[in-house]
Amino acid sequence: MLKYSIRRLLGMIPMLILISIVVFSLAKLMPGDSLSGEIDPLNTSPEYIAEMREKLGYNDPLPVQYFNWITGFMQGDFGKSTRFQIPVFDLIMEKVPNTLLLGVTALVITYIMAFIMGMYSGRRPYTLGDNAIAGFNYVMLAIPSFVAAVFAIYIFAFQLNWFPFAGSVDILVEEGSFEYYVSRMHHVLLPAIVLGAMSTASYTQFLRNDIIENSRKDFVRTARAKGTPIKKIYNVHILRNSIIPLVTFLGFDFAALIGGAIITETIFTYPGIGQLFLESVTSRDYPTLMALTMLLSFLTLFGNLLADILYGVVDPRIRLD
Amino acid sequence: MAAMYGSKETTPLLRVKNLQTGFKIDGEYYNAVEGVSFDVRPKQIVGVVGESGCGKSVMSLSIMQLLPDGIGKIRGGEIEFEGQDISVFSDKQMNSIRGKDISMIFQEPMTSLNPVFTIGYQIEEVILNHENLTKKEARLRSVALLKQVGIPRAEQIVTEYPHQLSGGMRQRVMIAMAIACQPKLLIADEPTTALDVTVQAQILELMKGIQEANDMSIILITHDLGVVAEICDEVLVMYAGKIVERALVEDLFRGPKHPYTELLMKAIPKMDEDVEELATIEGLVPSVVNMPPVGCRFANRCPKAMPECLTVTPQLAEVAGRHEAACLLYEESWPTDGKREREGVAAL
Repeated sequence: MLKYSIRRLLGMIPMLILISIVVFSLAKLMPGDSLSGEIDPLNTSPEYIAEMREKLGYNDPLPVQYFNWITGFMQGDFGKSTRFQIPVFDLIMEKVPNTLLLGVTALVITYIMAFIMGMYSGRRPYTLGDNAIAGFNYVMLAIPSFVAAVFAIYIFAFQLNWFPFAGSVDILVEEGSFEYYVSRMHHVLLPAIVLGAMSTASYTQFLRNDIIENSRKDFVRTARAKGTPIKKIYNVHILRNSIIPLVTFLGFDFAALIGGAIITETIFTYPGIGQLFLESVTSRDYPTLMALTMLLSFLTLFGNLLADILYGVVDPRIRLD
Repeated sequence: MAAMYGSKETTPLLRVKNLQTGFKIDGEYYNAVEGVSFDVRPKQIVGVVGESGCGKSVMSLSIMQLLPDGIGKIRGGEIEFEGQDISVFSDKQMNSIRGKDISMIFQEPMTSLNPVFTIGYQIEEVILNHENLTKKEARLRSVALLKQVGIPRAEQIVTEYPHQLSGGMRQRVMIAMAIACQPKLLIADEPTTALDVTVQAQILELMKGIQEANDMSIILITHDLGVVAEICDEVLVMYAGKIVERALVEDLFRGPKHPYTELLMKAIPKMDEDVEELATIEGLVPSVVNMPPVGCRFANRCPKAMPECLTVTPQLAEVAGRHEAACLLYEESWPTDGKREREGVAAL
C-alpha cells in the first residue's frame, strides 16, 4: 500500500504542473491586477503605479513571471498577499482551523443524518417513512445554499435567537478558555447545519439504494439461514457492504473539508478559506488566489488518492499494489 | 440405507402436510407449491427432482421460512419438525431453529458468502448465534470444521475472504457453516449445480460422509437425476408445484411410473448409445398464473394423455409396492377410489 501511495503521489506531479500553468494563465487573464484592485487611482500618481508594476515584475514576459512564481512556490514561498501584506502561507494557515472546524462539523452532521435516514429508508423501502425522508431530502437538495443560509440566519439567528449570525467566535471571550471553545462551536453550528444538510440527500439516497440492493443478495439469505436476527443482518452484513461506495463521496468531501464552502462562509461572514478565496478574487490578490487554487487542486487529487486507498481498506477484494 | 420408506418404527423428523406456498403477482397470490406432502425420517436422504420452476426451491425455502418478504407466503398446510408445527413460528422462533436444527446450503457458492467478512467470521457467526462459546472457542471449532470438510490450511483460510477461494472450496465452507451446530436436517438446494463435474462428485461424497457421521437427514434438491442416484434413499419428483411421483431410488430408476419421470429418465444422455439428438420433453411448464384448475398439470405435454387428464385431477397414491404416483394411467390415482383418504394427500 505504501508503494502504491508513493507511486500515486509521484503521478500527481505532472498533473499539478499542468494545473499550475492553467491557474497562472487564468489569473493573468483576469482584467486588472493587484494594483488596479487595491489602489485608488484618483489619489495616487500614475507614475508611482507604473513604477510599482515594474518593481513587482508585472511587466516581465509571462513565462518569466510564471517561472518566478513556480520556483518560489515549490520552495514553499507562496508569495505575499498584496492585500494583507503578510505571507500567503500565514494567511491561509490562519483561516484553516476555522474552515476545518466548519467542514468537519458539517461532515459529521451529514454522516449522522444520512446514516440514520438511509438505514431507516433502506430497511423499509416504499413505506410512508421512506417517502417522507426522500421528500425531505430532495427539498433540502433543491434549495440553493444561499437561500437556505439566508433563511437559516433569519429564522434561527434573528427570530429565535438560538445562534449568532456571523463570525467564528465571540470577541469578548478569552482565547483558550472553556467558554472560547463553546463559543466557537456555537458559531459554527448553524453554517455547519446548512452546509451539512445540502449533501445529506445524496448520501442518504445512495445509502438507501445500496442497502436495498444488498438486501436482495444471496449472502443475506445465507445469513438468515444461519439464524442471524434480521436487525443484525442489516446493521452488520448489509451496512458493511453498503459503506464501500460511500468512500467515493468521502474522497470528494476531503477537498471541501479544507477548501471551505465559498457561499456558506461568505453569507455567515465566517472567516474561513472560502471567504478568503472570494475576497482574493475581488481584490485581485493573485498570490493568495493562485496559492488557494493550487491548494484546492492538490486536495482534490489527494482526496481521490485517499478514496482509492480507503477502498482497499473497506473492501477486501480490492488489492493495492 | 438407514430409514426405509414406509417403515412405521421411525417417526418422521420432518413432516410436510399439504403445503401451499403462494407468490404475489400483481396483487394476487398464485400457488407455486400446491398441496405437497412428504416425510423425512431421521438419517434419510430425500431427493427432490424437477425442472426449473417446478416449486422445489420454493418448497425448501418454505420449510426455513426464507421466502422473499412480502412476495412469498405459506398459505396453507403444516410443516412439522420434531412434532412441532414450525410453519406458524415467528421469525424469532425460527432463528433459534435456523442454522441449529435445520440448516441450508444454496446453489451459488460464489455469491452466498458475504464478500467483506472473513471465512472464519462467517462460520463463527452461526456457532455464536446458537451456542454459548467465546470467540476463541468458536474460532477453534471453525478451524476443525474446515478440516472436516477437507479444506487444507484451515488455520490460514479462516482469516481469508471468500474471493480468495474457488467455487468448490466455497461450497465446502458453506457446508462447514451448515453443519457447524450439528443440525438434524440439512436442506441442500442444488448444491452442486454451479460446480464442475469432478468437484460435484467430491461435494456429494463429502455430504454423504457427514450425513453418516452426524446421523443427519438431508433434503437434496436437484434437477440432476444422476446426483439423486448417487446418494439419495428416496425421491420425490415434482412437476408444476405438485409431487407427481415418490419412490425409493432403486424402484424409481428400475421402473418409473409417471410419464413425466419416464421422460426425465430418457433425457439423461447415455454413454453406450450413439444418438445424435438428446431426448427432450416438448413444451413448457405452465406458469403459475395460468395453471389449469383441474386435471393433470402435465397433460398438455404428456405423450400418454387421455381426454380425462384435462378434467380429472389425479391423486398421489400407491401404485405399486412403496411406490406412489399421481397419474390417471393408474386406477389408484383416480379420485373416486377412496385412496384420497390417505394421510398427507390433499382431498379435493
